[in-house]
Amino acid sequence: MKVVNEVSWMIGGPQGSGVDSSATLFAQACATAGLWIFGKREYHSNIKGKHSYFQVRVSNQPIHSHVDDVHILATFEETTAKLHAGEIVKTGALIYDPTKIKLDDLDLKSGVITLPIDFNLVLRQVAEETGVEYSKLSIMRNTIAVAASFALLRVEIESLEKTLERMYTGKKSKLVAMNMTAVQKAYRAVEILPEELHAQFPYHLVPNNNTPKRLLINGATATALGKLKGGCRYQTYYPISPATDESVYLESHNQYGCAVVQCEDEIAAINMAIGAATTGVRASTSTSGPGFSLMQEGLGWAGMNEVPVVVFDYQRGGPSTGLPTRHEQGDLMFSLFGGHGDYPRLVFSPGSIADHFRLAFESFNYAEKFQTPVIVLNDKFLANSTQTILPFKENDLVIERGHLATEDDLKNAKSEGRGFPRFQPDVKSGISSRPLPGVEGGHYWMTGDEHDDYGHITENPENRKKMHEKRMKKYELILQQIPLDRQFSIHGIPNADITLVSWGTMFGALMDVLPALKEKNINANFINIRMLSPFPSAKVAAFLKSSKKLVLLEHNYSMQLGQLIRLHTGILITSRISKYTGRPMSLNEIVSATEKIFNGEVQEEKDETLDASIERVVLTYGL
Amino acid sequence: MVSKLQVPLTVAAYKSDVHNDWCPGCGDFGILQALQQALAELGLPPWETMVFGGIGCSGKVFNYMACYGVHTLHGRVLPFAMGAKLANPDLEVIAVGGDGDGYGIGAGHFVHAGRRNVDMAYIVLNNEVYGLTKGQASPTLDRGQQTKSLPLPNINDGIKPLALALVTGYTWIGRSYAFDGKHLKEMIKQAIEHKGMALLDIIQPCPTYNDLHTAEWFNKKVKEEEKSVSKLVTVEELKHDGVIKDPTNRDEVFEKQRKAFDLIQYRGERIPIGVFYQIKLPTYIERMQSQVPMLKKYSPVRIPYADANHLPTTDLTDAFEEITF
Ligand SMILES: Cc1ncc(C[n+]2csc(CCOP(=O)(O)OP(=O)(O)O)c2C)c(N)n1
Ligand code: SF4
Ligand SMILES: [Mg+2]
Repeated sequence: MKVVNEVSWMIGGPQGSGVDSSATLFAQACATAGLWIFGKREYHSNIKGKHSYFQVRVSNQPIHSHVDDVHILATFEETTAKLHAGEIVKTGALIYDPTKIKLDDLDLKSGVITLPIDFNLVLRQVAEETGVEYSKLSIMRNTIAVAASFALLRVEIESLEKTLERMYTGKKSKLVAMNMTAVQKAYRAVEILPEELHAQFPYHLVPNNNTPKRLLINGATATALGKLKGGCRYQTYYPISPATDESVYLESHNQYGCAVVQCEDEIAAINMAIGAATTGVRASTSTSGPGFSLMQEGLGWAGMNEVPVVVFDYQRGGPSTGLPTRHEQGDLMFSLFGGHGDYPRLVFSPGSIADHFRLAFESFNYAEKFQTPVIVLNDKFLANSTQTILPFKENDLVIERGHLATEDDLKNAKSEGRGFPRFQPDVKSGISSRPLPGVEGGHYWMTGDEHDDYGHITENPENRKKMHEKRMKKYELILQQIPLDRQFSIHGIPNADITLVSWGTMFGALMDVLPALKEKNINANFINIRMLSPFPSAKVAAFLKSSKKLVLLEHNYSMQLGQLIRLHTGILITSRISKYTGRPMSLNEIVSATEKIFNGEVQEEKDETLDASIERVVLTYGL
Repeated sequence: MVSKLQVPLTVAAYKSDVHNDWCPGCGDFGILQALQQALAELGLPPWETMVFGGIGCSGKVFNYMACYGVHTLHGRVLPFAMGAKLANPDLEVIAVGGDGDGYGIGAGHFVHAGRRNVDMAYIVLNNEVYGLTKGQASPTLDRGQQTKSLPLPNINDGIKPLALALVTGYTWIGRSYAFDGKHLKEMIKQAIEHKGMALLDIIQPCPTYNDLHTAEWFNKKVKEEEKSVSKLVTVEELKHDGVIKDPTNRDEVFEKQRKAFDLIQYRGERIPIGVFYQIKLPTYIERMQSQVPMLKKYSPVRIPYADANHLPTTDLTDAFEEITF
């Protein structure tokens, strides 16, 4: 039998029962063993009791996506077994508790190895040996599940021990020995299984001591770190899934001095961040759809007053409270058109976890250079997914603060004695000089009403035209000044048979899709649109026009990037793969859907709203 | 720390050249003048002073002043102002808004600002109407009252903003009157000088829409114990000293809160003005400093994050360490 140095491992259970911590232990232990991880977390909007699961894909090569296949399902609980047993591939294994789960109730494929472990029995043995009360040990069922999986995958016990030692330090260090007692028992329970069974199981993780140093990180943490590196020292938030983790990270890592203010609502959060930004501090707020809706009036104010402020919208299933803990890319159109009236805004979406760091860093430069709000659309999927990645590239990062008032600017304003002409449009750069409060000669006025050079309210039509044009013309400056590779990127071979078109966190899966399609003799490439406002119309249009067959992929119903592309380029992409179940597309789903389109197996349907015939594949896999 | 000028400027230095468009006889004129005088007397540098305004007639105060002036959004003057003060505590931050702005659409922020005790003054111009939208009832208009624009009498009860301030944590609570320039200026100065969140509610006649409570109405003598007395009465005359001497003394705090609560309500025909309550508690900045040590050394706006060559200087080694494998 061919040994496979890769595994897709799943653990599930009621929310609050330790599913997350077992997945963390599993992922960290694999990372300690020099392997690469992609971990996807699915949970209900609930604190205790509802079904949640974590799927960790491990490989000896870097990976950027999850797969549908489950090679090991570990569970001590009936619901998880019933819901997910059918996902185990026929060469896979089920680790389960026979006192809770009857195999007859499960729709297991034939060939799946079943490995019973009486979790409570193991716990009782641990209690006896360590003298710790049995009732206090129930959380350790997770350790048993991980250890049994490790034994089956034939990973030495040391990587688990090292990981536990790293997890439990100081006062908690006595937990290491306790957990190790359970680990040993679980290993023993697996080891005593018949040799043929072991031989039958092909997944075998081989530790690699030569793997370079990697970060094990999710999108929320990467965002927080990028903000810190970028000089963000003022963050406001109102609790909302899945955005809160980032603010909590900033608050708990207080050594960098970031002032984190938990506000009474998102209206306060945006306006407090804007108020802070007027003083010159790099300020931002992070939220999700419902909160982002509340922020629109404030964002318009920042656009009108040319205040650099950064907002991260962690997209989740909408509309309304929607699917609070599930994935969707449904806020694109809203972020572009939200709020009344016209104002320039930059809208970006990061592709990879590394790009979360980079974009969080860059967003403050853009906000200050163009003196207008920057909106970043990330989402629940990568915010909550853990991945091993190479350390962030930091050596090319530069802080750009844009046009701050110079000594001369201030001297001139002082001698004229009317205040500072903060909004003066007749400047060569197209961006007005910005004094920070506290310097003599710098005082000026701000108002959401239309205003003159000094910030005084005026409804004069000529002034209105002049000021409005100055603000809106920033779009042209942005297109000229932001490097092309920050606006969009093209991956894979030129002149491919098929071109995948997408945005945001589909990036990782699509990077893995290209080689997978290649294996099936499909030459594909992929364009990732990173800057969504202003839209790089000319360059994107040129590329799309030169492509043979376009396939659009998005996690929303109305294919919002498709609408945007049509709006800006006139190109209607008629082959479409979408998913709006709240679950992210997996590698296999994308590969097989693309294959179907490529082979002409998808029926065209007339779409009246687009007035066109569309090939549409709607994906649904996953609980 | 907010700095003070060695040589104070004249009141004129705090005036902008913007044409004033309030209605003749509006109470806002008195308030603007008192505010400018207060700033001049306190010697606050205009370039280190930021006046935030809400939306309404009252929200335009900033426009007529020579300092950083910010016209925010309806009801949002407090979040904007708090954001600026926390980011740069060296600025003197003053928020000025209407009663509709602060006690109506902005009521949520009003409550939570009390909990934070940011070191700033919040001045509310209370005219019992929505002036700028042509005289609808504001949250402070009492039930049964019918000001000029109301098609029918008001069927909502009026809120008591100073009582709300007392239970939500404001650490300086006072009231004054738009046309009592001397008292008003003193109150404004005290509210600014107070270290913490100060609420100054100013009775502001709106001659255009509030035909019930006009300047004449406030000037009328009233009868109390057979004597003819002024309608407005200072807390000093009523022998109230609302200043807490020992913030850790629960008895003193409760006693003074009870008295303040009592006085804040209209008592018969007379309206008390002055400082109802004051207590010294740690400000929000001090609270943040106790949790984020770097903020003791730098305010958020001054924390260095780039070197002379614009390279970022934040060293994330520690944070990376936690997640490196
Ligand atoms: C979100 C929003 N809703 C409504 C308005 C319209 N509006 C402007 S001023 C105002 C009321 C102002 O009343 P108040 O705060 O008491 O100020 P005054 O004019 O009485 O000084 C309203 C409702 C607005 N500007 N914004
Ligand atoms: S409407 Fe009332 S509050 Fe507004 S300016 Fe006129 S008098 Fe003053
Ligand atoms: Mg009013």
